[in-house]
Amino acid sequence: MKKLPKTDVVVIGLGWAGSIIAKELADEGLEVIGIERGPWRDTARDFNVATVTDELRYVMREELMLRTRQNTCTMRNNPSQTALPMRTWGSFHPGNGTGGAGNHWAGITFRFQPEEFRLKSHLTERYGANAIPDELVLQDWGTTWEEMEPHYMQFERVAGTSGYAANLNGEKRAGGNPFEGMRSGDYPTPPLRQPYGPTLFAEAAKNMGYQPFPVPSSLVSEAYTNPYGVTMGPCTFCGFCTNYGCANYSKASAITTVLPALMRKENFTAYTNCEVLEVLTDSSGKKATGVTYIDSSGDKWEQPADLVIVAAFTFENVRLMLLSKIGEAYDPVTNRGTTGRNYAYQTANGVTLFFDNKNFNPFIGAGAVGMGIDEFNNDNFDHSGLGFLGGGSIRVTPIGSAPIGYRPVPPNTPKWGSQWKRAVKDNYLSTMSIGCEASSYTTRTNYLSLDPNYSDPHGRPLLRITFDFAENDLKMAQYCTGKVAEIAQSMNPRQIVAKPMSGHWNSVPYQSSHVVGGFIMGADPSTSSVNKHLQVWDVPNLFVVGASAFPQNPGYNPTGTVGALAFKAAHAIRHYYLKRPGEMITA
Amino acid sequence: MKKRAKTLPGVTRRQVLTWTTLGVAATVTQAADAVSLKGTPGWTPFSDNPPESFDQQGWLFFTPEEAQTLEAIVDRLIPADELSIGGKEAGCAVFIDRQLHGFYGTFERLYMQGPFHQGTPQQGDQSPLIPQQRYRQGIAALNRYVQQSAQKNFADLQPEQQDHLLQAMEAGKVHFDGYDAQSLFNDVLTNTMEGFFADPIYGGNKDMVSWKMLGFPGARYDYRDYIDRHNENLGLEPISMMQWKARG
Ligand SMILES: Cc1cc2nc3c(=O)[nH]c(=O)nc-3n(C[C@H](O)[C@H](O)[C@H](O)COP(=O)(O)OP(=O)(O)OC[C@H]3O[C@@H](n4cnc5c(N)ncnc54)[C@H](O)[C@@H]3O)c2cc1C
Ligand code: SF4
Repeated sequence: MKKLPKTDVVVIGLGWAGSIIAKELADEGLEVIGIERGPWRDTARDFNVATVTDELRYVMREELMLRTRQNTCTMRNNPSQTALPMRTWGSFHPGNGTGGAGNHWAGITFRFQPEEFRLKSHLTERYGANAIPDELVLQDWGTTWEEMEPHYMQFERVAGTSGYAANLNGEKRAGGNPFEGMRSGDYPTPPLRQPYGPTLFAEAAKNMGYQPFPVPSSLVSEAYTNPYGVTMGPCTFCGFCTNYGCANYSKASAITTVLPALMRKENFTAYTNCEVLEVLTDSSGKKATGVTYIDSSGDKWEQPADLVIVAAFTFENVRLMLLSKIGEAYDPVTNRGTTGRNYAYQTANGVTLFFDNKNFNPFIGAGAVGMGIDEFNNDNFDHSGLGFLGGGSIRVTPIGSAPIGYRPVPPNTPKWGSQWKRAVKDNYLSTMSIGCEASSYTTRTNYLSLDPNYSDPHGRPLLRITFDFAENDLKMAQYCTGKVAEIAQSMNPRQIVAKPMSGHWNSVPYQSSHVVGGFIMGADPSTSSVNKHLQVWDVPNLFVVGASAFPQNPGYNPTGTVGALAFKAAHAIRHYYLKRPGEMITA
Repeated sequence: MKKRAKTLPGVTRRQVLTWTTLGVAATVTQAADAVSLKGTPGWTPFSDNPPESFDQQGWLFFTPEEAQTLEAIVDRLIPADELSIGGKEAGCAVFIDRQLHGFYGTFERLYMQGPFHQGTPQQGDQSPLIPQQRYRQGIAALNRYVQQSAQKNFADLQPEQQDHLLQAMEAGKVHFDGYDAQSLFNDVLTNTMEGFFADPIYGGNKDMVSWKMLGFPGARYDYRDYIDRHNENLGLEPISMMQWKARG
């Protein structure tokens, strides 16, 4: 192994979180090196308009995702089973290459609500401690809305997020999401125009007394130049969005909003096709000294650094910490240890509406165009006596209708033959669906650990996921999907089919890539891994950033919060840590 | 701020050629495709990153007998009728042949390390076999079965007999010697649908037949003029990536 000259900062992973921190710290004048496992990705070459509209390649063959041959996870539903490897991605779609999963994400950009950051305290205050089901291990985040808000603002400004503010500096405005926390500024770009499906849904919801709003979206609605000086073009609703890169520079990702500015800086270097193997610490274990990585010819290198930032997505963040023996590995039996605890996912629910006489032109779509309501999300409704906590974001977001994957037919239709073909043709244009992406609350036996049986090509253990849906979440899914079905019914379709999440977590069908927890933030080192600055307890020059920090998952998409946490960590480093390197508990 | 010379693992010759001419300082210390990037990596007009597709004639993976069996199957899964041509004429078997010949056929991108265990349904496909083996062994087992029961190959059965056998395979009600009939059915159904609905550049969906049947306009990429036209039949003719290529 060759040792390279020391740098000020090494950042692992150049997705959203890593690129943002690298940019902020490079702006501070530090010498920054970003190490990325996958290739350099560039809109013009990799997401060229002549080749990007390829469902087989990007969705079925998972072109932009991490190759499972490089690294995958093993999964089981409970600790008594033997975990087996996910040989192809199903349930979620981890990214690879500069931009990370943020190249092929959908772009829905929510902020979490103020209550989320003190969820356990909030629920206890409202319903009493006894109302929290025994199976759940909920926690506060150790931070507050007031501390988060400016960083949400920063992320939205970089991403050009479109939307309509309902709570602007305390001024309430109709037409936005009435449940959002107070915003210190408007969305950078106005809401996207809406296709037919979301429009029809919004009318129906309004008629029932709900308050529909345009889903906040980091697919920009008009030409926009962000604070880093990078310009994006308006979304064309092409419908090849989620799972694809954007050929129009319309979908915000690190490659369209951060890296073009970062790469111009003299004091930043990116190493691509280089996989970090370990975070190194000195003999005390209280100081990170750098990382080791392997390049694609198989040579190993040591990159020493004064500051180490891990931003390798939930799974690899946790795996790297376990492999580097940072923090104590969580044990569900003794309930000791923090690395790996509070892993959570999300409950995906939906209702399909089959009409006879409507044409939704479902190919007009985009990952984050749509209308939603939040009356049944999180704690926006009274849970007294319902027997569960949590809820979901209800919305219609037509993402496009490329037909290998999108062929809605009523239940019991044959899967092939003439009758099947007739049903596919008859329902393709005239079907829509209402989704409900709902919370996932943590339990003691849902956790991440190293797998004892399966290893990666370098011979190191894969990450093992032990996960099943909490009873709480399944009850919530039933209830919330019932509410969606009522709205659907009021729209008078020929037939509705409601699918609340039920049974065991199944790793085969896609649900969402919103995997969170495992290296969580909090105010107490005995139950969390990082403090509110994303700084690792006891290793003050190491920061682990991403959705791995979420102590549980609300009914929202994570990336607005991942981006805000990246800005928050960068802010703490710039304004406090660099002046006085060390633990920043109260800063 | 410190300044230092960058020395790092290098780039492939092709990357050096494209990038150094465009002003990226990439330092080569050894042959590898790990890349150290500074400055703004450029791109060359029309240097897009094309899909894996094969223009050769003839079968690239299947034997003629296997191809004949598969063409008979895809023509039952997607029969010719008033809505469209059948799976065979649409090129579904050719599509599968090209897929098996390419990276999909060997699962070269997938995790294929053992130990292999059956697992729960939630744990997904755990077969140690790659698609090339699945088709080779599966089609052989199917034809052995039909030979034993009817003394012919699958392709020579009557369409109704073929449908019956396919239904039994789908439902797990028939067992072949040496290969799981249901998993053969599932693989063929999945790949046939991919071939019928994917861009024609991969060999199936001849003349965008499935897209025309559905009203899917394919690779248009811009609906700004249409998004506000609700509940209308827009009458858009589909476009394939092949046409984008022709324009480029
Ligand atoms: C299909 C899909 C749709 C989604 N839709 C939405 C949505 O609508 N809204 C939303 O909020 N979120 C969405 N997400 C989630 C969103 O993509 C992630 O939350 C976000 O990308 C996380 O950013 P990150 O920087 O933490 O991780 P990533 O973007 O994944 O970046 C991590 C980077 O680290 C690299 N890396 C990993 N391990 C190593 C290693 N050992 N060495 C070096 N580099 C490494 C990876 O290659 C990757 O580039 C979606 C995700 C997917 C896949
Ligand atoms: S729908 Fe819009 S943002 Fe998404 S890929 Fe197409 S143009 Fe880009």
